[in-house]
Amino acid sequence: MGLIAVFLIGALFALGLGAGGMTLPGKILAFLDVAGAWDPSLVLVLGSAVVTYGIVYRLSLRRPRPLLAKSFVLPGQTGVDRRLVAGAVVFGIGWGLGGFCPGPAIVALVTAQPAVLAFVAAMAAGMLLHDRLAGMGRAPATRSGPVPASADG
Amino acid sequence: MTVSSILWPLAGGTLIGLSAGLLLLVTGKIAGISGILDGVVNLRAGHWSWRAAFLAGLLAGGALLWAVLPHALPTALERPLPTMIVAGLLVGAGSRLGSGCTSGHGVCGMGRLSARSMVSVAAFTLTAAVTVYFARHVFGGSF
Repeated sequence: MGLIAVFLIGALFALGLGAGGMTLPGKILAFLDVAGAWDPSLVLVLGSAVVTYGIVYRLSLRRPRPLLAKSFVLPGQTGVDRRLVAGAVVFGIGWGLGGFCPGPAIVALVTAQPAVLAFVAAMAAGMLLHDRLAGMGRAPATRSGPVPASADG
Repeated sequence: MTVSSILWPLAGGTLIGLSAGLLLLVTGKIAGISGILDGVVNLRAGHWSWRAAFLAGLLAGGALLWAVLPHALPTALERPLPTMIVAGLLVGAGSRLGSGCTSGHGVCGMGRLSARSMVSVAAFTLTAAVTVYFARHVFGGSF
């Protein structure tokens, strides 16, 4: 029941990415190309996604617990550190080179294009490489209220 | 700008936000795609099944797009294969080092008004724009 719900939510996410144009690397690169023929439409995608999520987030947290789980698992880290900024810079170079971020690349796997498959395989390898280098299993802090997640997303 | 060039992005963004919100409401989890993929490729016990179900849903949604909205999927990528491999490595490693990507920081973090996520989104968007500037206008799109 829970897994079917998550499956359907994932499918809805993919439809949103597709409708918004996030699955087209050419459109992402046109959005990032402020010195060229700039395509601002992704501002609308991100803006409407953030506002919609913000509303559902606030309504959801009025509940003592999620519908099908014991507790909310929210990012526990606060404060900006070097890791956060360095990671964003590395991610941004990759995003600017290929025009793909993780979700849209996974959705585009259905096209079975070699370049998409290679991107996703390299992305998974990059994650494993990072985890090996960083050392896995940082101990999560214990506190009351929502359980903190080790990552923001 | 035409009406459809405004309505499609708004509809897409609303669906993305709704989906991420439903994942929180139903499972209590953050819809961070890089974290979800990381949990699956690392075979993290206890978190594997819901993450795999979400990824399967992404693929099913992709198949549905292929059927009903085929122009939403790329027919050919902008960049050559070696560039896509380097890009993938950087996106994968960077998303873990920075604890999130366009979904976890961009949608969920910004929606929660997280300062960390706002810094992350500003940093990766600026870096990506600079990268595109160099790739297109300095090196003439040669890589």
